[in-house]
Amino acid sequence: MVEVGRHPNIELITLGEILKVDGEPGNFTATIKKKPRYVDETKCIACGECVKKCPKKVPDPYNAGLIKRKAIYVQYEQAVPLKYAIDPEHCLKLTKDKCGNCEEACPTGAIDYGQKEEILEINIGAVILSSGFTPFNPSEYDNYQYSSFKNVVTAMEFERILSAAGPTQGEILTIEKEPKHPKKIAWLQCVGSRDINRAKNEYCSSVCCMYAIKESLIAKEHLGKDFEPSIFFMDIRAHGKDFEKYYERAKKEGVRFIRSRVHTISEDPKTETLRIGYLTESGKVEKEDFDMIVLSVGMTANASARQVADNLGIKLNRYNFVKTDDLMPVSTSRDGIYTAGVMQGCKDIPQSIVEASAAACYAGMKLADARGDLVKEKKFPVENSIKDQSPRIGIFVCNCGANIGGIADVKSIVEYAKTLPNVEYVTENLFTCSQDTQTNMSEIIKENKLNRIVVAACTPRTHEPLFQETLRNAGLNPYLFEMANIRNQCTWVHSKEKEKATAKAKELVKMAAARASLLEAIPDISVNVGNKALAVGGGVSGITAALSLASQGFFTTIVEKSDKLGGAAKHIAKTSNQEDVQTFLADIIEKANNHPNVEVLLNAEVTDASGFVGNFETNIIHNGEEKTLSHGIGIIATGGDATDTEEYLYGKDARVTKWNDFEKAFDKADNPQNIVFIQCVGSRDENRPYCSRVCCTSSVMKALDVKKKFPNTNVFILYRDIRTYGEKERLYKEAREAGVIFIKYDLENKPIVTSGKKYLEVKVFDPILQTNLLIEADLINLATAIAPSDNKKLAAAYKLSVNEDNFFMEAHAKLRPVDFTTDGVFVCGIAHYPKPIEESIAQAMAAASRATIILSKSSIRISPLVSSVDKEKCIGCGLCVEVCSFAAIILEDVEGKGLRAKNIEASCKGCGLCAASCPQKAIDMLHFKEKQIFASIQAAA
Amino acid sequence: MAEFEPRILAFLCNWCAYAGADLAGVSRMQYPSNIRAVRVMCSGRVDPSFIVRAFKQGWDGVLVAG
Repeated sequence: MVEVGRHPNIELITLGEILKVDGEPGNFTATIKKKPRYVDETKCIACGECVKKCPKKVPDPYNAGLIKRKAIYVQYEQAVPLKYAIDPEHCLKLTKDKCGNCEEACPTGAIDYGQKEEILEINIGAVILSSGFTPFNPSEYDNYQYSSFKNVVTAMEFERILSAAGPTQGEILTIEKEPKHPKKIAWLQCVGSRDINRAKNEYCSSVCCMYAIKESLIAKEHLGKDFEPSIFFMDIRAHGKDFEKYYERAKKEGVRFIRSRVHTISEDPKTETLRIGYLTESGKVEKEDFDMIVLSVGMTANASARQVADNLGIKLNRYNFVKTDDLMPVSTSRDGIYTAGVMQGCKDIPQSIVEASAAACYAGMKLADARGDLVKEKKFPVENSIKDQSPRIGIFVCNCGANIGGIADVKSIVEYAKTLPNVEYVTENLFTCSQDTQTNMSEIIKENKLNRIVVAACTPRTHEPLFQETLRNAGLNPYLFEMANIRNQCTWVHSKEKEKATAKAKELVKMAAARASLLEAIPDISVNVGNKALAVGGGVSGITAALSLASQGFFTTIVEKSDKLGGAAKHIAKTSNQEDVQTFLADIIEKANNHPNVEVLLNAEVTDASGFVGNFETNIIHNGEEKTLSHGIGIIATGGDATDTEEYLYGKDARVTKWNDFEKAFDKADNPQNIVFIQCVGSRDENRPYCSRVCCTSSVMKALDVKKKFPNTNVFILYRDIRTYGEKERLYKEAREAGVIFIKYDLENKPIVTSGKKYLEVKVFDPILQTNLLIEADLINLATAIAPSDNKKLAAAYKLSVNEDNFFMEAHAKLRPVDFTTDGVFVCGIAHYPKPIEESIAQAMAAASRATIILSKSSIRISPLVSSVDKEKCIGCGLCVEVCSFAAIILEDVEGKGLRAKNIEASCKGCGLCAASCPQKAIDMLHFKEKQIFASIQAAA
Repeated sequence: MAEFEPRILAFLCNWCAYAGADLAGVSRMQYPSNIRAVRVMCSGRVDPSFIVRAFKQGWDGVLVAG
């Protein structure tokens, strides 16, 4: 968010509502209503003085109404922009023309009660809608007793209770006069999801199983050994990457999972203990008492999203989410308007981020011709050299309203700072970050010929870039700057010890000044980037990524191991929304074969690679010949496929098939009596402890096809949990309505298949009937595990990681779902994790979008805070190469010296592990040099 | 004699522990004032010699958080 707030090419309009979009893709005019904030954003410095004086308390929606905020507020501490706003419904001045306290309290005169609603018109090329969802509101459903009993809370409320920044600072307490630590908490799944009786939401919300498990584990961590968490569920849907392992871990750590339906929640009026009445799988009536009940509420389409859809004329689906096609994910019904996140349907964070990048890719494809037209770049004066100058330090001490000045004695800090070595100038500012102070600072630097600057204020994590820009404006290198964190890490945390806070602030300033004396100017670094791309793998993901890049003008080579494009999709007839996969596949293959910017190399394999972002060299073998490809970025789309198995007579009896081979066997069958599908064959077991994500939906679809053709055939699906997540739940419901029989089995008690003459005999224990069943099956189809291609060689070539199951590991499981820690390489499709075709397409477009950030520039600027090797001291031991996780140090042969370490600036993340590991002290980190760190250590010792 | 109060030097990773210390401030959590932070880009930057140096300079405790 901070990045968005600071980006020169992103204009952020908050409190805005989109009223209409006229025109054509590439040339839209959007009309936006901007509601008043009643606070001038250019003046507000978020000091919080207004809040102290505001008399009006309002339930705080950010904290799920558990506590109150004021009528003037900032939603939460990390909000962007960090500017206060007045809630016009509750403000006494705006509703009754009384009060006006905040106007008096505001030190910068930012309050403006007279602000009016504005209508803005902006010219844009494409629109991306991402207005989110509303959590299901259980208050009107008496079966959950949410409105009646205080200790029945929603998962959103519980999330705030768990948060260190929440109303109880993360201490889990029951909600009553004398709050206590709960001993037992129950989570109730599918509240407002998979419920057609009361809530009328037939879909699965996709995320609640995992968040309930997460909440239960965190609660266990907080409350300790005696705490007993229980989760009441229908199916645990741990269908995401590494989710199944998390579920297994929860079981081991003592989370109880109870497969049941809860029918009654009651309360003991005296003790306020909650009682849950439920029915076990075998139909037994049980009762159990809990201190707290958490309702795992689902996601629903929000009213404002519906309004936006209405205003823009885009179609919604039956659940009021934005309608998209499986084969055109994130594209709405109106050309040039795209969507991402839960506005399109229930999904988790990584999938939302994938879609956001995919939507950016679509927009980029539409606007490729105009790329770069409106890009703004900041201009700075020429940098003055400080070479041979002795340090002249300027120190600016911030009062930050009362935030620092109200606790520490700023005057005495200033006087102390004046006594420090090399300090030429010290001043105090009310708000150092304000615009006018920045201008003054720049003048002061020039006038006093200052060449090192220290700001003693808040934290460099939010404000360093701002002050560095001021240095640039004054002609100084931005790295001649240091901050002393005397607010966040001093006055705010020692607010009751004023003298100690002052003493600490002085020492922090001393440490900063000592370090500042030794800071050096560091020039910007940029590397040239090649604008060609390589996609490894020619399935739907690889082709989609290649076409997305090609259509934006970037030449892309597809390297495909087999003799055909198409990958695993060759065997898939239709998507879960009945869209024809083969026509689509034929179409994209034809496009790839004929596109002037796409080169398809079949029978080709990567053998080795070198280089770094923008500058890769990859060696391949193509039809037996060795070749080298130069490219700026790489996309890994090596896919995966259904595995074979030795279980259930597969390979021994022709009537046992796997996956899509079933269709051939079924075509030949003449009115079969019984057909059995077995799920999780080789998934979710010891060897492959992951869920293959797509199998439940696939088998349910096949079962429906059988029922359509032969309504009298008995179809059995033997499963462990049905994981038809999201809107795929409807298929499960249809299958049940069509009479498909679902029988749950356990890993400990798997079905047994024996070969009879006429039939295959399937023996399975039915947990509802509590008896063994014998099914005489004509056909058995197995949903075997989906496994990735052998990725180890490729991983080694580009220094990528794979997880235990051999799927590629992204840079961050939640926030960077297509990036690798190696810059310039991206992942998509089944190489990342099994997924249905619509998710592969979205991820491929996301990978292309991320790649475009690099390919669209002739050079990219990189952080110059990198390692630097002293070749004289280096002995070429290679320890640094070994410890570097980013392939940013290599050994190269230096004539006459032998092997010497060399840093690859473009790949270096500046962590300093190499420097700390070097036995010769031949490596130092720019801006974090040993002598600079020692100066800090020594200054305050 | 005054009660012994150790002086603690903390090496904090910019991306996690330092950010955490900032958030402790935002949440106004109170803790003893005898700790001084040195920001590093990764706790991996902390050479064992930094720790030895700190003790030699007279710090009573060293915290590496990342």
